[in-house]
Amino acid sequence: MSGRESVIELHGLCREYPATPPVRALRDVDLTVRRGDHLAVVGPSGSGKSTLLAVLGLLDRPTSGSYALDGVETTVLGDGQRTVLRGRRIGFVFQSFHLLSHRSARENVELAEIHGGSSIGSDGGSSGRRGRSRRALAALDRVGLSHRADFLPNRLSGGERQRVAVARALMGDPALLLCDEPTGNLDSANTETLLDLFDELRAQGVTLLVITHDDAVSRRAARRVRIADGVLTEETVEVAL
Amino acid sequence: MSRPGNRYDPRDLVAETLIGLLTRPLRSALTTLGTVLGITTLVITLGVAATAADQITTRFDAMTATTVSVTAPAPAAGSTDLPLLDWDGPEQVTRLAGVTAAAALAEAPAGHDLPVRASALDDPARAGASIPVVAATTGLPGAVRGTVTAGRFFDAGMVARHDRVAVLGDQAAALLGIRDLGEAPAVFVDGQPFTVIGILGGIGREQFLAATVILPPTTAHDRLGFGPPGRVLITTALGAAAQVAGQAPVALAPGRSAALTVVAPPSLERARKGVAGDTDALFLILGLVSLVVGAVGIANVTLVTVVERTGEIGLRRALGAARRHIAYQFLLESTGVGLVGGVVGASLGMLGVVAVSAAHRWTPVLDLRLALAAPVAGALVGLAAGVYPAVRAARREPVDALRAGV
Repeated sequence: MSGRESVIELHGLCREYPATPPVRALRDVDLTVRRGDHLAVVGPSGSGKSTLLAVLGLLDRPTSGSYALDGVETTVLGDGQRTVLRGRRIGFVFQSFHLLSHRSARENVELAEIHGGSSIGSDGGSSGRRGRSRRALAALDRVGLSHRADFLPNRLSGGERQRVAVARALMGDPALLLCDEPTGNLDSANTETLLDLFDELRAQGVTLLVITHDDAVSRRAARRVRIADGVLTEETVEVAL
Repeated sequence: MSRPGNRYDPRDLVAETLIGLLTRPLRSALTTLGTVLGITTLVITLGVAATAADQITTRFDAMTATTVSVTAPAPAAGSTDLPLLDWDGPEQVTRLAGVTAAAALAEAPAGHDLPVRASALDDPARAGASIPVVAATTGLPGAVRGTVTAGRFFDAGMVARHDRVAVLGDQAAALLGIRDLGEAPAVFVDGQPFTVIGILGGIGREQFLAATVILPPTTAHDRLGFGPPGRVLITTALGAAAQVAGQAPVALAPGRSAALTVVAPPSLERARKGVAGDTDALFLILGLVSLVVGAVGIANVTLVTVVERTGEIGLRRALGAARRHIAYQFLLESTGVGLVGGVVGASLGMLGVVAVSAAHRWTPVLDLRLALAAPVAGALVGLAAGVYPAVRAARREPVDALRAGV
């Protein structure tokens, strides 16, 4: 396991919110996520899950400690570089899908490339507007939704919407898929389909970090870390595959 | 700040902006209303002012603007004063700077009915036509911008020799049936024959001269009892009319110039001033106020849109959009709204100008610069209105923005 390169390396990571007294949302967090890992972060609400996600997603800065993403120390980067890194190396999947309601599934997936975030794939091959539609279709195909490419989100089921969001996150081959309660708005059948998709993606080598409070979700993950009051502890539950 | 890395393809920016605007077509349309009103008002005000100014200035064309005439009052009966004007007047006036031609003119003395007949060879039926007789100096063709269409005008030698010659206005010639000067036709004025040596046509001012018999002053004095000239007609260089109008009476009647009546064209400045009156200023202010109101409207609606699209902002930031991408997006949207308002306003304004012109039977003056400047003004209004919302949008922290949902 240690032979694989690490995607995420956290050392002594702290995040405090200014208040009296200061709220310590993350305390001294150490975590290593390697390529191909499927990691679940569990914990009750208010435990610091969202803060961890924001910091990992480069949407928020830690107060102290170090965070290396794909070998790049992010805490010393400026806003612009963090934005570039976020766009290119991280794919987000949100609880509420965050699909633009007036755009078709494919257009929603294409949005991932518009801001230049995914315009240079991990293989180094650059790609512009040409072929964007084709790449979006390929991403939709990966989540099994190429037949729904021209549907508006309101014509899709919750599970399909979340798979469209996953397809969008997969654009440009990110190093890490950050999922924030991805099944929070899904029924059990759709949850099952999505988790099957996660397994497939992991088999394809995608690194998954899923924040959830749903045991059914965390049980499917290869690794599970629990967060409580900002403190992270790894639960050694290697799931038999 | 770190070096920006992510590029926002302008084509994508434009496409995203269009989608943003067209997703809420009714709102976008209503948002443009303020700008439409403002631009329309401005275009109509400026366009109608230009049209009206053009209508007025066409009346003061080059011909009128270079015409001065000096008239002496009719002498009181039995007066023994020296006449105010004399036949040397044109010579005095021609020396003034800006004068291109001048002629003195006398009409038939009052109480003298001068019947004009063609020569005996002509149709007697035409005889007795009422054709006035005038006496004029040699500069008349230049002074009335006429051209001698046949023969010649009498010269200083003929005047000095008191030659019995006459020049006919072209209408007089037609009335008298005189076309061919080869046979030296004569006209009989008060029974006395005069040889017709020329026909004067194309008269630009004092058009009554076209239907007159014009005699040299000396001859007219001898034969028909003509007195001193009653008027001096002056043609000036463009722009010199006002100055000549001031100087000519002094040159013509030194010391008694106040008794003369001078008719000069009103200056162009006065014509323009009359148009750009208080009403126009009021409408201009109204248009500008409408524009400001339009800008506030755009800013307000864009701000609402920013709040509504907070989740989208968060999503875009998560997808790698830099703050400036978000700012561009909303700036371009508000600019687009302003631009559309400007285009529609310019069109409506031009239609308004045409309508006002039609109502006044004017020729509408549609200034291309106005038509181009109006949309630009609208776009600038939109751009200015979008600055604050765009900055607000760009400053949203992605974490907070994402919580808002889409």
